Amino acid sequence: MTCTEFLAQLDDMLDQDAALPLRADLQEHLENCEHCEITLSTTRKTIEIYRSHELYELPDELRDRLHQAILSKCRKC
Amino acid sequence: MAAYEKLVKQYDRQVFRIANHIVQNREDAEDVVQDAFLKAYEKLDQFQGNSKFYTWLVRIAVNESLMRLRKRRTGRMVSIDEDVETEEGSMPRDLADWSPDPEALYGQSEIADILRKTIQGLPPGFRVVFVLRDVEGLSTEETAETLGLSIPAVKSRLLRARLQLRERLSRYFKRGQKQAQDGVK
Repeated sequence: MTCTEFLAQLDDMLDQDAALPLRADLQEHLENCEHCEITLSTTRKTIEIYRSHELYELPDELRDRLHQAILSKCRKC
Repeated sequence: MAAYEKLVKQYDRQVFRIANHIVQNREDAEDVVQDAFLKAYEKLDQFQGNSKFYTWLVRIAVNESLMRLRKRRTGRMVSIDEDVETEEGSMPRDLADWSPDPEALYGQSEIADILRKTIQGLPPGFRVVFVLRDVEGLSTEETAETLGLSIPAVKSRLLRARLQLRERLSRYFKRGQKQAQDGVK
């Protein structure tokens, strides 16, 4: 397996969607390719870091204001 | 109305987050939240039970967000196809591994700024796929249905979005990066 072929399956590795025989091939490639190993681990970290940080919090005060505005408009429908 | 209020409370944070990611402007995001919930309420009778209410609502919110983006860009057309290259993912260039605990290199607000700045640099068509799939946790099928894209198109955009974000974040998180920055100061 080449690095390009590995990269084409990267999402299946990350999402654990790869079928078993393919997974074995991907693992074998990973064991011998530092470049792809780093690409996989840092892409995984990229997803984790975005998942674990709330970048756009909705403060309670704004939330209450939005609720009131939404419900008031809906009542007029 | 009480039942709908419950739905608003259940999904408002997600809609606000998705809208912010697309429009990148808090006031516009607030308007999107209001308009999306109002439109969903008006069209409740059109809601078909064959998709989840949440994915239906997200579809409305994404469309509202893109309309806002278009308005802000003085009428220039904005779609989820904008700036999206169709070629397959290219080989990552930056080979550097990251620090074992990249988040420890920065303070919480500093890291949030880095993450916002980095994702804002992606074309809208990549950004929205990454946000729905990886941040909001929609499945590939739900993301495709929500955005009106094919499953291969979602997969292709997701791969490129993930690789682009990874590459951009590497500038901040690669091993020894913070020390190097501090040394320059």
